[in-house]
Amino acid sequence: MVEEIGTNTEGDLIINVGPQHPATHGVLHLVLTLSGETIKKVEPHLGYIHRSIEKMCESLSYRQFIYVTSRMDYLSSHINNHACALTVEKAMQIEVPQRAQYIRVIMDELTRIASHELWWGAMAMDLGAFTPFFHAFRERETITDIMEKTCGARLTMNYMVPGGVMVDLHPDFQKDVKSFIQLYKSKFEEYNELVTGNIIFQNRMKGIGILSKEDAISYGCSGPVARASGVHCDIRKLYPYEIYSQLEFDEILDTAGDSFARYMVRLKEMQQSIRIVEQLIDNIPEGEFQAKTKAVLKLPKGEFYQRVETARGELGVYIVSEGGTTPYRIKFRSPGFSNLSALEHMVKGLKIGDLVAAMGTLDLVIPDIDR
Amino acid sequence: MFIKDYIKDVYGAVKSLLTGMRMTGYYFTHHKEIITEQYPDNRATLHLAERFRGEVVMSHDENNEHACTGCSACEIACPNGTIKIINKFDITPEGKKKKAIDTFVYHLELCTMCNLCVQACPTDAIKMAQNFEHSVYDRSKLTKKLNKDGSKLREGIE
Ligand code: SF4
Ligand code: SF4
Repeated sequence: MVEEIGTNTEGDLIINVGPQHPATHGVLHLVLTLSGETIKKVEPHLGYIHRSIEKMCESLSYRQFIYVTSRMDYLSSHINNHACALTVEKAMQIEVPQRAQYIRVIMDELTRIASHELWWGAMAMDLGAFTPFFHAFRERETITDIMEKTCGARLTMNYMVPGGVMVDLHPDFQKDVKSFIQLYKSKFEEYNELVTGNIIFQNRMKGIGILSKEDAISYGCSGPVARASGVHCDIRKLYPYEIYSQLEFDEILDTAGDSFARYMVRLKEMQQSIRIVEQLIDNIPEGEFQAKTKAVLKLPKGEFYQRVETARGELGVYIVSEGGTTPYRIKFRSPGFSNLSALEHMVKGLKIGDLVAAMGTLDLVIPDIDR
Repeated sequence: MFIKDYIKDVYGAVKSLLTGMRMTGYYFTHHKEIITEQYPDNRATLHLAERFRGEVVMSHDENNEHACTGCSACEIACPNGTIKIINKFDITPEGKKKKAIDTFVYHLELCTMCNLCVQACPTDAIKMAQNFEHSVYDRSKLTKKLNKDGSKLREGIE
């Protein structure tokens, strides 16, 4: 139960952060128990943007339910769609054409860059630096333009369908992506100059919000949050899907587990994504972009699970099928929820200003937590 | 010792601030390209990608003919019940009854621009248009009839 806002019996101050607070990036509601400025307790309250997506999916067919998942973690919408398409393909044993696999992986990695760009800008803004936001959005805009040209949407893509991708690439795609890579490489130094190298920034990040390897595992953290604590958890490496097993890229690990480590992991991940896109962009094979599938998809009776690595961590899609055209039950294992649960542990005993810095490095997307 | 560290810290902070400000200054004096779109002032020159999904429309040719047979495939494909197909029965010259579209009802307020209906249509009768300025004062204006008045099915489409 939420205690009355004000003071509790021990004289601690209880205040609300959110649900309408600029630092929580959405409708996250935190109830803080403070002793002076020191944080004693953080209690996240969820449900402000709960749309019961899992329940909605039960009444939608296997082609239709994919579009809803763009609205979970809207910054990794391609990857969410991808996870759903993969689960259906796994259940029906659909062979995805090579071309589609290449397109999907390129799209995933571009999405990851765009998502990390946005996080970088928002993170700096949480700490009071406004300019980086515009720098981040300049590059991100190039990616959304590329997406818009090929997929027709900027955020909620619905581009991956069971069996491949919805439409073929735009003729300009390769040219645009290459010029984006050029632009990105020429601008990347600016990121370090503006934010990473800044002493004030480093002092606010280093040694703040430490999450040990054991805690990261026991809270079920995944993605950059866990990798910054030294947990080897990149699904692209551990359980490769599509063509990830043939690609050369590094899993970025750090051992410090503090806010700065999480920051650096994401920055380096962007460069690995660029590396993946560079390997693929010139070698997209010709051929079909979609496998031939029946108009009405029917999954065999059983349970199916597939996980992918989104920009935030591990997304799992679990489908229980009764053999019909709609799923009996769907469950999404979203990365944001488990990452948020580690927040209290990270910031206990720190000052209230550190909460914002530590929360920024978790890269929370609230619709992903609530669904 | 403390004083020395303190001064060092302040010096470091000022230095990194200046490094950041140098770049801000650079962009301030070297604004070669303006990235911000001056919407809505640039409406006349606004360029949208040709695949941009703004709303569903039905294409009509110059004879006011469309390609929709009224098969309802789009209605079934739509996840939100955005589309309602109301059919009528034409009497052909031979005196037979023939199914044809009467009203293609499209609820723009429900549409999520997912493109599934366009993909499902066997005759490519509908497509996505780029118009994105959908705000109106009255909600009922968002319910549209996509087939034009007096339009009919193009010859040769089954
Ligand atoms: S775009 Fe999607 S939501 Fe809109 S009418 Fe077509 S199928 Fe329905
Ligand atoms: S628009 Fe296409 S799918 Fe929809 S009723 Fe007409 S012909 Fe059938």
